[in-house]
Amino acid sequence: MSVLRVKLVRDLLRLWPQVLAIVAVMAAGSATLILGVGAYATLAETRAAYYERNRFADVFAEVTRAPKALGEEIARIPGVAAVEMRIAKLAVLDLPDLPEPASAMLVSLPDRREATVDRLHMIRGRSPMAEDEREVVVSQPFADANRFDVGSRFAALIDGRRRELTIVGVALSPEFVYAIGPGDIMPDDRRFGVVWMSEHALAGAYDLVGAFSSVHLRLMRGASEAEAIARLDDLLARWGGRGAYGRRDQTSHAFLDAELKQLEAMSRILPPIFLAVAAFLVNMTLARTIALEREQIGLMKALGRGDLEIGRHYLEFVAVVAIGGAGLGIAVGTWLGDGMARLYGDFFHFPFLVFRRSPETWAIAAGVTLLSAFAGAAQTVARVARLPPAEAMRPPAPTRYRHGLVDRLARRLGLRQTLVMVIRHVAHAPLRSLGSILGIALSVAVLVGSLWVYGSMDLMLDVTFQRADRQDATLGFVRERPLAALGEVGALPGVTVVEPFRSIPAKIRNGRTERRIAISARAAGADLSRVLDRDFRPVELPKEGIALSDALARILGVGVGDTVEIELSERNRRVAKATVTAIITTYLGLGAYMDLDAAGRLLREGTALDGVTIAYDPVREADLFAVLKTTPVAAFVALQKRAMRIYRDTLEQNLLVMITVYVTLGMIVAFGVVYNFARISLSEQGRELASLRVLGLTRGEVSGILFAELAILTLAAQPIGWLLGAGLAHGMAAGLENELYRVPVVILADVPATASGVTILAALISALVVRRRIDHLDLVEVLKTRE
Amino acid sequence: MAAAILRTEGLTKIYATGSVEVQALRGVDFEAAAGEFVVLLGPSGSGKSTFLNIVGGLDRASSGTVRFADHELTTSTERALTLYRRDHVGFVFQFYNLVPSLTARENVALVTEIARAPMRPEDALAIVGLADRLDHFPAQLSGGEQQRVAIARAIAKRPEVLLCDEPTGALDSHTGVKVLEALTQVNSEIGATTLVITHNVAIAEIADRVVHFADGRIVSSATNAHRRPAAEIVW
Ligand SMILES: Nc1ncnc2c1ncn2[C@@H]1O[C@H](COP(=O)(O)OP(=O)(O)O)[C@@H](O)[C@H]1O
Ligand SMILES: [Mg+2]
Repeated sequence: MSVLRVKLVRDLLRLWPQVLAIVAVMAAGSATLILGVGAYATLAETRAAYYERNRFADVFAEVTRAPKALGEEIARIPGVAAVEMRIAKLAVLDLPDLPEPASAMLVSLPDRREATVDRLHMIRGRSPMAEDEREVVVSQPFADANRFDVGSRFAALIDGRRRELTIVGVALSPEFVYAIGPGDIMPDDRRFGVVWMSEHALAGAYDLVGAFSSVHLRLMRGASEAEAIARLDDLLARWGGRGAYGRRDQTSHAFLDAELKQLEAMSRILPPIFLAVAAFLVNMTLARTIALEREQIGLMKALGRGDLEIGRHYLEFVAVVAIGGAGLGIAVGTWLGDGMARLYGDFFHFPFLVFRRSPETWAIAAGVTLLSAFAGAAQTVARVARLPPAEAMRPPAPTRYRHGLVDRLARRLGLRQTLVMVIRHVAHAPLRSLGSILGIALSVAVLVGSLWVYGSMDLMLDVTFQRADRQDATLGFVRERPLAALGEVGALPGVTVVEPFRSIPAKIRNGRTERRIAISARAAGADLSRVLDRDFRPVELPKEGIALSDALARILGVGVGDTVEIELSERNRRVAKATVTAIITTYLGLGAYMDLDAAGRLLREGTALDGVTIAYDPVREADLFAVLKTTPVAAFVALQKRAMRIYRDTLEQNLLVMITVYVTLGMIVAFGVVYNFARISLSEQGRELASLRVLGLTRGEVSGILFAELAILTLAAQPIGWLLGAGLAHGMAAGLENELYRVPVVILADVPATASGVTILAALISALVVRRRIDHLDLVEVLKTRE
Repeated sequence: MAAAILRTEGLTKIYATGSVEVQALRGVDFEAAAGEFVVLLGPSGSGKSTFLNIVGGLDRASSGTVRFADHELTTSTERALTLYRRDHVGFVFQFYNLVPSLTARENVALVTEIARAPMRPEDALAIVGLADRLDHFPAQLSGGEQQRVAIARAIAKRPEVLLCDEPTGALDSHTGVKVLEALTQVNSEIGATTLVITHNVAIAEIADRVVHFADGRIVSSATNAHRRPAAEIVW
């Protein structure tokens, strides 16, 4: 081994704590990249494999009642590979151990053949027999949440008639990866499930023999989805088609997709921060090492080693550190990524996971880490390579301090000389001090940028459930009902307030931009389910026109006074124009709202209801639930308080993992920066500090000098960190935001406080580690040598 | 002679580095009277610095005792030694050990801030002839000037003991003389017991007494009949 290699190894061993700190920061950078990209790749691959294996459909449509003979025509649509006509209906369930009414999506399974589209993945048991009207297969999450197994029984209100059902199988389906009940925003596996029954049984119950209410298509590769949708709409129009749609608008797929995209977005935001800090640490450490080794460098050059050889020696040092960091990051990131993928896989109930290793991402992580490290080293190494040997062997000119503003200030304030020392030392290497401040600030920022989500979640829940939709429950009717239904619901036990709503599936358009939405129509003066303005104040829906949520308005590029086109998904896809009359604040979905009477005019018919929102007396809840479970009032019952609790629980659970990871990473950065700064500062000032001990300053007073320096940097970093954190929070919010939900950026005071507390703690720990060295400074040794 | 303020008995020091043991001091009995100016001579490695460091409370003896007035240093805690240095001892070393980020005045103030009855930094610097260099940083001063700042820093607390390890070692003759002048002047003005280590036999003539070290022991101690002023020394 060449001598320089030996020196390289010794340097690494000698500087191991600093090297380790840099490696940790670099590892944090590449780990976040690998973690996000890896988990995303695995989940995306798993989803693709699952979709493919179980033939998840490409195009979906619901219809009131269409004859099965239409199937042949549908199959002739260009690009269609498979057609499955089915019956899909919502029904209220009465579960033995659950006081609340539950609901299910009843889906038919073809009798005596396997489905060509959306095949079940059977976990246990078998498919229902065609002849037996009681046999059902249920979705696994629903079964698990209710502790059902093959043989368990429960009751359902099927087209108004109570029927006892027996579970013969438990299964998963690509169609219901993310099974959200109507009116809900998160899966509530206890209260919503998918129930598959024989087609024979369902057709009989719903009077759909020889007919279907839902059709799913699989397209051939390269086929035009838009064309298939348009042709399908044409075919279904006269049978009460409600507008065909692609995967993008399929609930389960859309939610799943949004979650995965968020995961991917996160992996783009953080790594650059860690790598920037790592580059700075490399720069700081290398600059100091080289300053100490000037004479050796001069000597090596005098002995005939070339500039390039010496430059390469230091680059090798950096490369080893970077490869160590990237390697560790890749290992940890892969491990965490697998863990994350498992976590998500469980959450989504994927039947299997296809772990995807992406060596190209590893290469990117390693490359970027090396690059950032070299960027940090470039200037210093270039200076070494250029250093003429004679000059290198001379000791560096003594550090020249100058009088400045600091002096006058110090004298005016009568500062102690030790503090003057500290201030001059900090001010003397402004770039290094600023770099350290920035490094610590970035760690604060990482914490602020992740901790704010709790406050944001609270605001979102408050706005959604306390200010906007304040009802206790939402009842969705089996089919449209006249206004008289209000009185009927009002007469149910305990019900105190009833307000009507209508939900109108439509496409809303401005020019070429179009979204598939449900226009929510409400009665004037509605007090339970309200719409809010920008300041979260409830506003009356305008009598005319349409009110859009801010998100939808932004997507369509319209404001108050502009006109949008509304294509009704039902009623032969008639197109109407509507003026935007208000902009509404919502965080969930793309909302569009109309006054109930205005909606009637839009539909050119009298007022009919799709459901009601109600408030009820909690004392009589049990009576109310008993009625809802046994009489055919509603096809589904959404319960606000429960939805809110589940939403909070799910989010908190998911956030906890993310927050734990980020807080750890933030602490690593803070520790790494402060520790390296302290070590370098100690290395520069060790001699002075020892001579102060000789003069009679105590260990405490001498450590105080270094601690004061660290404190100045750490404190100066806090406000900058808060600002950067706010920026990061906006970046995160943008990454988390999608058309299903928006994340308001609110940073409450406890967020910067916690972030600062955590970084200051990390700084304190690294200061204490360095303090041990100050306590053991060799007083005699420093006196013998010139630096 | 006045009563001894500083006294060592049977002082030994053994450095154990790995498997090798170096016996730096082999039983040193020494005393110095208050205000006495003592020069320590002896070949390199004879144990002078080790002795001075132990007397100054920077290092600990392996055996034997060191007394300063009524302090027993050998049994003192780390903290007591720190306070001993802080309150009673002034040090001057070959390499001046100034804090580069502090001016001359501030380097001295570093000590006067924590001393019990210090002089003003300006006065201490005036004693060593640097009244006009108060606001210069070490990098702006010559070697001799830096050493004189170190002396001012050492005397500003009015120490009872002034310990100097080769204070002129890094200086040329002309500058060295200035430093010696400062030392003798301080010795007579504040009455500090002064111990000066040197290689330079010529310097011995400015002392009250000359002590010779060899191989970890004191081999001779001679009182000068008359002290020559520092200004007359040449080497
Ligand atoms: N820290 C140490 N470790 C080991 N040996 C030492 C140490 N300091 C001094 N010595 C040894 O002790 C002896 C006396 O050294 P020192 O007191 O410095 O001599 P002088 O100052 O007279 O030149 C020498 O042999 C020296 O090598
Ligand atoms: Mg010596």
